Amino acid sequence: MDWMSRNLPYLMAGISVGGQYALIAIGYTMVYGILRLINFAHGDIFMVAGLIMVYSTTVMPIYIAIPLMILVTVLLGFLVERVAYKPLRTAPRMSIMISAIGVSYLLQNLALYVTGGLSQQYPAIPWINDTVTLFGATTKRVTIITPILTIILVLLLVTLIKKTKIGMAMRAASRDFETSQLMGIKINSVISFTFIIGTFLAAIGSLLFFTNYTGVTPTAGAMPGLKAFVAAVFGGIGSIPGAVIGAFIIGICENIIKGLGWTTFSDAFTFALLIVILIAKPTGLFGEKVTDKV
Amino acid sequence: MKKRVLAIALVTAMVGSMLAGCGSKGGSGETGTDAPAAAADGAKVVKVGVYEPASGDNGAGGKQEVLGMQYANQETPTIEIGGEEYTVQLEIVDNESSNDKGPSAASTLVSAGVSIALGSYGSGVSIAASDVFKEAGIPALGVTCTNPQVTEGNTHYFRICFLDPFQGTVLANFANENFSAKKAYILTKLGDDYSTGLGYYFKEAFTGLGGEVVEETFQEGNSDFTSYVTSAKNAGADVFFAPVSTEAAALIIEQAAAQGMTIPMMAGDTWDSNVILNAAKGKDVEIYVTTFYQEGGNEEFDKGIKEWINGDSTAKANNGGDDTIAAVTAMGYDAYYVALEALKAAGSTDAAAVNEALWDVSYTGVTGKIEFDDVNGDALRDTAYVKCANTETGAWDFVAEQGVN
Repeated sequence: MDWMSRNLPYLMAGISVGGQYALIAIGYTMVYGILRLINFAHGDIFMVAGLIMVYSTTVMPIYIAIPLMILVTVLLGFLVERVAYKPLRTAPRMSIMISAIGVSYLLQNLALYVTGGLSQQYPAIPWINDTVTLFGATTKRVTIITPILTIILVLLLVTLIKKTKIGMAMRAASRDFETSQLMGIKINSVISFTFIIGTFLAAIGSLLFFTNYTGVTPTAGAMPGLKAFVAAVFGGIGSIPGAVIGAFIIGICENIIKGLGWTTFSDAFTFALLIVILIAKPTGLFGEKVTDKV
Repeated sequence: MKKRVLAIALVTAMVGSMLAGCGSKGGSGETGTDAPAAAADGAKVVKVGVYEPASGDNGAGGKQEVLGMQYANQETPTIEIGGEEYTVQLEIVDNESSNDKGPSAASTLVSAGVSIALGSYGSGVSIAASDVFKEAGIPALGVTCTNPQVTEGNTHYFRICFLDPFQGTVLANFANENFSAKKAYILTKLGDDYSTGLGYYFKEAFTGLGGEVVEETFQEGNSDFTSYVTSAKNAGADVFFAPVSTEAAALIIEQAAAQGMTIPMMAGDTWDSNVILNAAKGKDVEIYVTTFYQEGGNEEFDKGIKEWINGDSTAKANNGGDDTIAAVTAMGYDAYYVALEALKAAGSTDAAAVNEALWDVSYTGVTGKIEFDDVNGDALRDTAYVKCANTETGAWDFVAEQGVN
């Protein structure tokens, strides 16, 4: 029991932060699956979601602010795609990637301008912000909710992709972009839909993440975004279950490393893990093996 | 083709709006610089550089420090140097709390032709910019940078605050005497000169008193402190010592409270900020800090600056939305007057003359008497104030005036 209450907090922190990485990682992996684009702005959209929440709760009650925050974030994700990526659809892949980096810096600097560079205190959301005790370990309720909510959302997403028409269109587009267009799939709406799902999950992720770690700064999205990206690559980019499992592994390992007292190396470990995985298994854990036909 | 034109137009509009944003920021600075020159009817202008962070980790603290200078500047906007009336003009730059960006901000001050530079909040950026000031022959006056390396081995960097070896010892003594602490958990930020420095001196002093320490570090961009709190609890520490930026501090307090950590948390001067008070309000935490100034130390100054902060919405926003006086604000206020003293003593606006004059400046400000030693240009200070965060009222309670025996 004593061992449990001493070590459980590390594991809980790991699972919870893993769940939050997973929600962001799905956005990376889905966009990559369809567009072969690494959406560098994704981490910053996550940060903007946090800021929207900070500012909206100052003028309205929290139960209106949450849906509004999700709506505005989704709208932002949609707009970013329409403005910065869609016009470049036929351009070389490198251009669209540079455009993504541009959006990332644009969002960061806008946030810097709006906040004045200061950390903003995230509002305390009732119920999920309460402190609870589990097997002698004290934590916030959000820590326990995160993995459960993540798994529910992922199951819903997988059902959506497997069972619905739009899901089928998404699978087709990720398999062969051009042929699916020839087959009459409205590729633009499929891509928009992908971005909408990705940013929706990032918005939920930001709600959970910032409830636990309450400071929102213009660069708050950079580190979680990077870790989630690593998780997506780790799990095999393009694969949703891969991204989720990768995110949990990274979150848990990171916190175990901290628990062992090697705090200095916890980030170094995350990135070393990425290198090792890529050397051993270049496509990641669940990545598809791609053979180029000549 | 049409679409491409539209896309380009949109991008231009976005970039344009950003530039407009930056423009209005720079614009306000410029009107600030032009106004006094015009208002003074041909009076001469002496420029005092303000090298402080307005964004990044230490943005909140830097802004509060600048507030003290701005208040002092509007209180005493002119000065007589060598029998001539000069208008003092503050040249404010943002070093972004970053050791990489600091030097270029310092260069901006150099090219603006300042006679003396004040700052910075945060020792790392001060050390980073030291050489820029040195090469330009401009003296710098550190306000709250407490790491010894800032002034060590140079003759151009001065400071008006106490040093970390002193502060670390004070904190260790306090932990030992008041909490009979035997084991301390020290959390510092990697690559932050202030944080690692103060952590080191605390450890030296604490182990010197027969205590035991557990040290851990975190990296830039980290916001997950739950594991650190757990480790501190598991290690059975009696105090949690975290000399970190207020930004990280707010996260640590939040997560420590969520995990029910009951041991006292201690930190140095950075934590003396309303960011900490707001984070701790209504939570079950115990926070002690050492600092330079205790509100109520000088009634007249307190009253004046509160009035000014409440009357100026920008100042109030920069102070974190209320009128709590941070110790760094009082220090910024004193730094401005020390700079004026040096200018007066120099009898000219020449940077080299000001540098020479600084050695002999003696000034009694709101934070006490300020004099420099003749080796490094460090202030001779032998007391620090210990304050405790009152989690009910959200204010600081005075605990003790602590020195080193």
